[in-house]
Order: sequence, then structure tokens, then C-alpha cells
Amino acid sequence: MTSVVDSAKLARFEQAVLTHLDAAYNLARWLTQSSDDADDVVQEACLRAFTFFDSFQGGEDGRAWLLSIVRNTCYTWLRKKNARESAMEFDENLHTPLADSVDAETVQMRRADSEMVKQGIEKLPPEYREVLILREMEGLSYKEIAGFIRLPIGTVMSRLSRARQRLSDLLTAPAGRESLK
Amino acid sequence: MSCHETKTFIDAYSDGELDLVRSIELEHHLNDCSACAALREMRRSLQRAVRIDLLRYRSPDELKKRLRAALAAQDRRERQESRRMWSWISRPWPLAAASAAAMLVIAALWLRPVPNSVEREVVDSHVRSLMASHLTDVVSSDQHTVKPWFAGKLDFSPPVRDFAAAGFPLVGGRLDYIDNHAAAAIVYRRNQHVINALVWPVHTPDQGFRNGVKQGYHVIETVHGGMECWIVSDLNADELTQFANLFVTFPSQ
Repeated sequence: MTSVVDSAKLARFEQAVLTHLDAAYNLARWLTQSSDDADDVVQEACLRAFTFFDSFQGGEDGRAWLLSIVRNTCYTWLRKKNARESAMEFDENLHTPLADSVDAETVQMRRADSEMVKQGIEKLPPEYREVLILREMEGLSYKEIAGFIRLPIGTVMSRLSRARQRLSDLLTAPAGRESLK
Repeated sequence: MSCHETKTFIDAYSDGELDLVRSIELEHHLNDCSACAALREMRRSLQRAVRIDLLRYRSPDELKKRLRAALAAQDRRERQESRRMWSWISRPWPLAAASAAAMLVIAALWLRPVPNSVEREVVDSHVRSLMASHLTDVVSSDQHTVKPWFAGKLDFSPPVRDFAAAGFPLVGGRLDYIDNHAAAAIVYRRNQHVINALVWPVHTPDQGFRNGVKQGYHVIETVHGGMECWIVSDLNADELTQFANLFVTFPSQ
């Protein structure tokens, strides 16, 4: 007979994975840039995680595991939603730092309110945005991020470096400020 | 460490992912190079800006509620499915296997020539009766003793007559089980040869003698008056046929 009480699996899932729902939502929200899409992606990702929960090892980090599923679900989602966007291949070389030299004027980052930073992050290419969110907001290690996006740790490091440089440029360059306003 | 290297490693350094040796080298360089020191400051302020709590999205309560409901539904579905799967795997399979095996056995029996199978059983019965000194359950040359003995044990009345006058004295009777029937084995003797006549009722029309030899024994099969009769002996075929003629011309009981 079907019990209305949650099963043992559901209880374990709540404890190991669902406690990281905010992290999952934050990543999905930043990657999809839409609250509606984030809702759907998170729900889909959680249901997938639940389906594959038996393959989840107890010793693993539930947050990293959930985030990797959220990430994959996001990209599948975005690919379906916007074929044009996915058709555009990401080229790291197109997104190299604008300025090689860092003068004191630029270094003094103006007091940027959170709205500006938010818009700056949103302007980043998704590949940059992703590593930045995973590192800065979720505090994942390079190794964990490398595991997620299936790239060498060195690539994670350089991508993160370029993402930060790009964001700095967006927040400090007058042109960037103009476009942000 | 050069400025170029410092730019390469400044993020790993800021994130605490740079090894100790290079971290120390980088720190030395930062002490000497204001541009790289400024870069580090920029990274720090950027990190502070990005990490502020205001930028973090929190999952809406509505989503949590919806998600819990969806998960509970999926959980119920999974458990039902696994139960169904389990009951499907665990219960009907042995039954199905057993019935499949039974079908095979039945088919094998069905396809197998029945007379041969019965013939074998009859001969086996005959051999058994000779080997295990279990020739008879009732020893009597008196048909009026043997026949009533069967009456209490079978739901049919086998023909029991003494043919001593013709040289086939009645020895006795025995119960047997042939071709899924309780059968009456009526035992005669011709000199030193034992003759087993196995009889059980059938619903087939009369049928003439069918002679056969199996394992060195002569076998005569016939159907007469609703009785299937098998006569087995190591007696020669002629004398056994002579006996069979006597045996199946049994008068009305």
C-alpha cells in the first residue's frame, strides 16, 4: 500500500541534496537570466537528481553534485530555448582582457552598486559567468569546477581570470559604464 | 616572478589555489611591483563586489512548494513501479516457468507414441513382478477367490478365469498402475513361464491383437468389451497368442 509518509529515499534526498536548493537556484538564475526559466530548470534538475539519487555516493558533496546537474540542465534548456545562442561557439580568444596594462586610475574600481555588478555579470559570456558564479558565490574549488565543466584545472584558472578581468573592465571602463547605465 | 606570470597566477593566488612556493614568489613580486599590487587590489574589490549577498538569488517559496509536491509524486510513482516490477519479477515467473515446463512434459507425452509408452510400462510391470517376488497380491488358482479380491480395490471388474484345463493355470492377482490407470494384473503360468495379463477399462471400440516384442518379451495388446488388455510373457509367441485367444473371449461377467 502506498504510504503518504515520505519514503526513506526522499528523506535522504532532502537532507543530502535539497538543502542546497538556494545554491541550485542561484546558479540556474544566473545562467538562464530569467526567473521563470530558473524555476523550471531547478525543478527539472531536482527531479533528475532524485531519479539518479541511487548513484549518488554518501561521501560525495551533495551541493557540488546538485550544481553539476543544474548546470547540465541549464545548458540543455538554453540550447532548446535558443538554438541561435548555442550555435555561437564560444571562443576564449575573443574574450581576452581589453587592456593589458593596468593603470592606477582603472584599478581604483569605483564604488559600484550591486545593480551595476549584477548587470556586469549578466553581460559576461555564459562560460565566464558560470565559472565566476561557481567560484565566487558557491565557493567551489578549481578542481570541483573542472569536474563540472570537464576541463583541465588550468583552463578553469585562466577562464576565471579572464572572467574577472572582463568584469573589471565592464565596471571601470567609461564605455562599459555607459553601456551599463 | 615576472609581471606576466603574476597576471597568470593572480586569480589562483586570490582563490587560495596556488601552491605555496609560487605564492611566496608572487607575494615577493607584489611587494616590488605597484602595477601588480594594484591588480591584486582590483581582484579583491571585485570579489567583495560579486560576493555580496544582494547578488545571490534565493529560491522562491513557491518553487520549493511545487518541487516538494513533484518529488513526492515521483517518489510515489517510483515506489509503485518498483513494487509492480518486483511483483512481476518475483511472483509469476516461477509459476510461468513451472507451467511452461509442464506444457513441455505434456507435449512430450502427447507426441510420444502412446502404445510404446504403455508397452514399456506393461513390460516394466511384468519384469517388476518377476524380480521383486511381487508377482501376486492374492495367490489363488481359484477365480472365485481372485475376482472378489479385485472387487474391493478397483472400480471395475476384471475378467478372471482359470484356464488350467488349457494348460494356463491361474496363479493370482495383483494391483498395478499403468498409463495413469489402476490396472488389474491377472497372473497365469504356462509351465515355468509367467504370463501377466494387465487389464483396465477404456472407452475405445474393440480392437484386434497387436503383437510386439519388447526387451525379449512378447507382448499382445487388444481391446475387448471396453477393456484394454495387455498380455506379457517370455512365452513363445504362438502359445501366448493361444492364451490371448482364451483370455479375451471372456464371457459376460
